[in-house]
Amino acid sequence: MLKRLITSREALLVGAIGLLLILISTRFSGFAAPSNLANVFNDTSPLILLAIGQMIVILTKCIDLSVAANLALTGMVVSMINVAMPGLPIIFIVAIAIGLGAVLGMFNGILVWKLQIPPIVVTLGTMTIFRGMIFLLSDGKWVNSHEMSPAFKAFPRAEVLGLPVLSWIAILAVIVFSIVMTRTTLGRAFYAAGGNPHAATYAGINVGKTQFWAFTISGALAGLTGYLWVSRFAVAYVDIAGGFELDVVAACVIGGVSIMGGIGTVAGALLGALFLGIIKNALPVVDISPFWQLAISGGAIIIAVILNAQANRKKGRIILKQAEQAS
Amino acid sequence: MNTTVRSIPDRLRSPFEQRLKSWESLLLLVAIAIFVANSFASPYFLNAWNLSDATFNFTEKAMIAFAMALLIISGEIDLSVAAIIALASTAMGAAAQMGVGTPGLVFIGLNVGLLCGAFNGILVTGMGLPSIVVTIGTMSLFRGISFIVLGDQAYGGYPASFSYFGQGYVWWVISFEFVLFAIIAVIYAVLLHKTNFGRAVYAIGNNPMGAMFSGIRVQRVKFILFLLTGLMSGIAAVCLTARLGSTRPSIATGWELEIVTMVVLGGVSILGGSGTIVGVVIAAFVMGLVTFGLGLLNVPGIVMSIVIGGLLIGVIALPRLWTMWRSR
Repeated sequence: MLKRLITSREALLVGAIGLLLILISTRFSGFAAPSNLANVFNDTSPLILLAIGQMIVILTKCIDLSVAANLALTGMVVSMINVAMPGLPIIFIVAIAIGLGAVLGMFNGILVWKLQIPPIVVTLGTMTIFRGMIFLLSDGKWVNSHEMSPAFKAFPRAEVLGLPVLSWIAILAVIVFSIVMTRTTLGRAFYAAGGNPHAATYAGINVGKTQFWAFTISGALAGLTGYLWVSRFAVAYVDIAGGFELDVVAACVIGGVSIMGGIGTVAGALLGALFLGIIKNALPVVDISPFWQLAISGGAIIIAVILNAQANRKKGRIILKQAEQAS
Repeated sequence: MNTTVRSIPDRLRSPFEQRLKSWESLLLLVAIAIFVANSFASPYFLNAWNLSDATFNFTEKAMIAFAMALLIISGEIDLSVAAIIALASTAMGAAAQMGVGTPGLVFIGLNVGLLCGAFNGILVTGMGLPSIVVTIGTMSLFRGISFIVLGDQAYGGYPASFSYFGQGYVWWVISFEFVLFAIIAVIYAVLLHKTNFGRAVYAIGNNPMGAMFSGIRVQRVKFILFLLTGLMSGIAAVCLTARLGSTRPSIATGWELEIVTMVVLGGVSILGGSGTIVGVVIAAFVMGLVTFGLGLLNVPGIVMSIVIGGLLIGVIALPRLWTMWRSR
């Protein structure tokens, strides 16, 4: 029953994406060409990576609004490291990005786990703190394309089997986290901790610790994306990816992830991100001002959350239930 | 961890002692300390006109913070307030281009605020959706509409009499905005602490089920709170637009964070159920004094946002760390 509901949700999204592509094709026939779709996927890869992390956090009844600031801070740090040490192999840069992102995520996680501060407050706070730290680190200056080493910039664009590395990383993340979420105890713990924290506690799951790991994963993915972002766009400054956290939450909600926790899949997050990515890439092609994008994602969030509530209500789920573990 | 042994005290703490040890008096001490520190740090601080200017740092935000305090006490939140300001300001700008006079502009500003609040309220109370996601969505939607209307343009050309709401002075250094802030503070203090409606707000925040079973129309009260928050955002939009004299779609960006910080700093529990208007008033002064003092010392705005983000987490974390340390 549950399985059928979830699969139908994803089927609905695939249908919606198909319809969207047909609609765009009537205005601009080249959009649905495989090479262009590959470009759209590549362009959406950062959103996919962040949406996977955000989905795991939301599964545990939390929310992470600091992902975009985490991305920007990590991106700035690795580009400054690259400027200081141009010879450092990319593998170390990637490791530093993932590590720093994970540490920033752990900071959120510790506050939520040990001090039981509501996640929305923690991440609203750390969002501004991380942005401010970028300013303190960089003194408000930009790290520009010519200051970065060629290898630093080339990594996400390097083509393997016809697709750029950036796309491959997104595909890899989708596969890895699909396995983690469905085939490991940690994955089950994420669902259990959000679906029913009391029952999870009695089943021997440390809910706070599970939330801590969710924030750590989300932070690590944001850090990795931070490097990919600055190297792809070949620039790092205070405001990169400003407001991107909303797109990430939107992708999750559109992908059927319930904000009340416990419901959501990696495939859903992927499809939600692709839906937004296609709209974003299609707007200029079909001659709609890019200024429409913010309102469209806002509208999409609201419609998706209404649909989610409807789908969950059928099962007799109590929507207004307070977060038990918080009190 | 030890289980704490709870004993029944022989006598209750006297009301005076309670008041002395409350969050509000601690906050008041902080406010006084910041005031003194500021007057030592900068020679320009202790000047009636400068202090009057400093109030503009918080009056508009505080107006919204009062309504937000009630909303948070009732267990909901509204992150779309800054976006409502943008939309209301855009509507007023468009009307001003068409030659609408000052009363019409104010009417439009307040009504756009009310409509946005009603939209949030219907989604949350009518459809039973979680307010965090709904208002994250409407935050993009409302500001998105402003971006569609304005793009990279700006509205200006407001009538001269309109500027009174943001730049006028009632008497000497007492600005119109400050008077409005004081009146609204009193209204909300009475509403929350002296009326049935206020009791209902606390009851809902502490136990929505219990409140429902004791005959409180939970959804209706919450809907009214969303309406009030929208209305306050509309009022703030009038003041801010009049003060700046122009409208851009990026107006009041990030204010939702500062307003929530102000409310939480004022001692309102983010989980709902407790808090006072006096606390929010003092918190408004604390934040206004901090930003103004740092501004006099030439600290850039983004560094101030670190201070505000740190305050938000710190004021919740420190009491919890303290109780954890005490119970050890």
